[in-house]
Amino acid sequence: MPVEFAIDVQDITKRFGDRTVVNRVALQVRRGEIYGFLGPNGSGKTTFLRMLCGLLTPDAGSGTCLGFDLLRDSGQIKRRVGYMTQRFSYYEDLTLEENLDFVARIYGVPNRRAAVADCLDKLGLRDRRRQLTGELSGGWKQRLALAASLLHHPELLLLDEPTAGVDPKARRDFWDEVHQLAAAGITVLVTTHYMDEAERCHRLAYLAYGELLAAGTAAELVRGAGLATWRVRGETGSPALGARLRGLPGVEQVVPFGAVLHVSGSAAALLEHSLAPLRVEGLAVEPAETSLEDVFIHLMQRAKDNYR
Amino acid sequence: MSERFSIARLAAMVLKEFIQMRRDRLTFGMMVGIPLLQLILFGFAINSDPKHLPTVVQDNDRGVFARDLVWGLKNSGYFELRGSATDNRQVRRLLDQGECSFVLTIPADFTRTLLRGERPQVLLEADATDPAATANAVAAVNQLIERALERDFTGPTRSLKRAAPAVDLRIHPLYNPEAVTQYNIVPGLMGVVLTMTLVIITAVALTRERERGTMENLLATPLRPVEVMLGKIVPYILVGYVQVTLILLAAKFLFDVPMRGSLVLLYTVSLLFIAANLMVGVTFSTLARTQLQAVQMAFFFFLPSILLSGFMFPFRGMPVWAQWIGEALPLTHFLRNIRGVLLKGNGWGESLPHLWPVALFLTVMLVLGLVRYRRTLD
Repeated sequence: MPVEFAIDVQDITKRFGDRTVVNRVALQVRRGEIYGFLGPNGSGKTTFLRMLCGLLTPDAGSGTCLGFDLLRDSGQIKRRVGYMTQRFSYYEDLTLEENLDFVARIYGVPNRRAAVADCLDKLGLRDRRRQLTGELSGGWKQRLALAASLLHHPELLLLDEPTAGVDPKARRDFWDEVHQLAAAGITVLVTTHYMDEAERCHRLAYLAYGELLAAGTAAELVRGAGLATWRVRGETGSPALGARLRGLPGVEQVVPFGAVLHVSGSAAALLEHSLAPLRVEGLAVEPAETSLEDVFIHLMQRAKDNYR
Repeated sequence: MSERFSIARLAAMVLKEFIQMRRDRLTFGMMVGIPLLQLILFGFAINSDPKHLPTVVQDNDRGVFARDLVWGLKNSGYFELRGSATDNRQVRRLLDQGECSFVLTIPADFTRTLLRGERPQVLLEADATDPAATANAVAAVNQLIERALERDFTGPTRSLKRAAPAVDLRIHPLYNPEAVTQYNIVPGLMGVVLTMTLVIITAVALTRERERGTMENLLATPLRPVEVMLGKIVPYILVGYVQVTLILLAAKFLFDVPMRGSLVLLYTVSLLFIAANLMVGVTFSTLARTQLQAVQMAFFFFLPSILLSGFMFPFRGMPVWAQWIGEALPLTHFLRNIRGVLLKGNGWGESLPHLWPVALFLTVMLVLGLVRYRRTLD
């Protein structure tokens, strides 16, 4: 019986000592979906991923992962999940081939030798298969890690900041591959800090201080934030303008993008009223679309006010 | 957990460990180098036959017989005269301070008693803190005295020449009642070397996975704790066997240690002991957070093992509480077995009483390790 949701959890909570790292998070991820997980450092993203694949035990909450009970069937889940850790976690003193072979043996991959050879071919690393893994560059390590986590044909792929420290070209290739995987029916849950990557996800969730603040498609998130945004063009490197804008009624955040400042606020009318006098001074003030980044910064600031 | 133990996964783990062991040249070199180095250092240092041991004579008789007796001892090369003492307190002080290894006391009535046809008492006090140092001299002394006096028993005193010893020699090995012979050392060293190298090697094994971040990956796979643990142990059993073989070869060809028992029994006895030590290391590494902590724990295990197992000090010379601790250590039982098999030619029957405590220890450690093994990163 096919299960509609690859991940369906409620009230997931994790505490380390008296610190609540993940607080009553509910999440539903459909099969074949690329789900982006965003949030500042230390917001509980990694902890949440670890709970999904049985590396950590939730203190409260329940749910299913690939139709298996999160708390009881961690063995079954582990076999069907590919987990790519934030820190490279294969053996640097093994060769590429030995690492892949080790993983293939542990998961009992059928036709092991062929699978490993095939994997090396796809990576384009066939000639370097006898090379020690520790000698690879960051980008190659990341590709190897992805290949290794796919070796046992998982149904769900958990990627923890997979592209941190990887150059733009490699990042683009990486995301192309993620989309191919999703097209082949694999569910992907990926954490990231990059806006362009967030925009390539089908749906997104924003986590801060252990709380799930918003979830949905990019458009839904922008709409849900209820922000009005204006673009103000000032002179380059004018910190005084930023400070002045922040002081105006209705202005909730000012984000510089080069010479342009994005000014956002929840109360559209008040914001427009406050910005009107600037036009008289000869500054270019025009309405803008609220970007995902504006929304996330807004969410993060609100979280800071509420939970700190 | 619904999953069962999988030989295939264990094999994957074992294979990986073998490859990593091969790559880690330094550690691999140590596994072979340490036994040889220790054997040569310990073996030759302890096995030497010390001569010219400082001796003080308290001659209260000053007769010809007494003088000849003293000279007889001196000529053997074992005893070197370092002057004479006059009273008991001075004698004891010299021994206490380690100024001399022996004090020979000849009673005032030595000549008289001897001529009367009786056996005068002669007291040899030995500093036996390092029994190996004095053992040979002590073993030789009776004969030396007889031979020295025999030459004097000519002419009018020929009648004193008898089958029974002319002198009643009393030896007081001070500070350490049991003398360890040199053959004890090399087999004992086998146990010590195995303990020192194997505990460390596995103690570091799991903590290294944690420190390098590879543990996160291992835990996310279907590998079961027992598979990980056995996977860490099996490759090093072979390493242990290499060490045992090296030491046996050295014992035979360098130190002429007799090998009376069966080699099959010896390797079986060793197997349990090797596994027990490796398991201690694995258990330590489930307790330790870092590699350094694991190494420190290993050292905490070495100290009682070396001091209380009967390797360093005679087991029966230890206080009862220390003996109880010693009985709990696998090295104690291994030493008894290995010495028994090598020197006395013991068989299975004599070895079993010291085999099951090691097996019990191994089981306890395995259970402790499995209980402590963190299945999650919690």
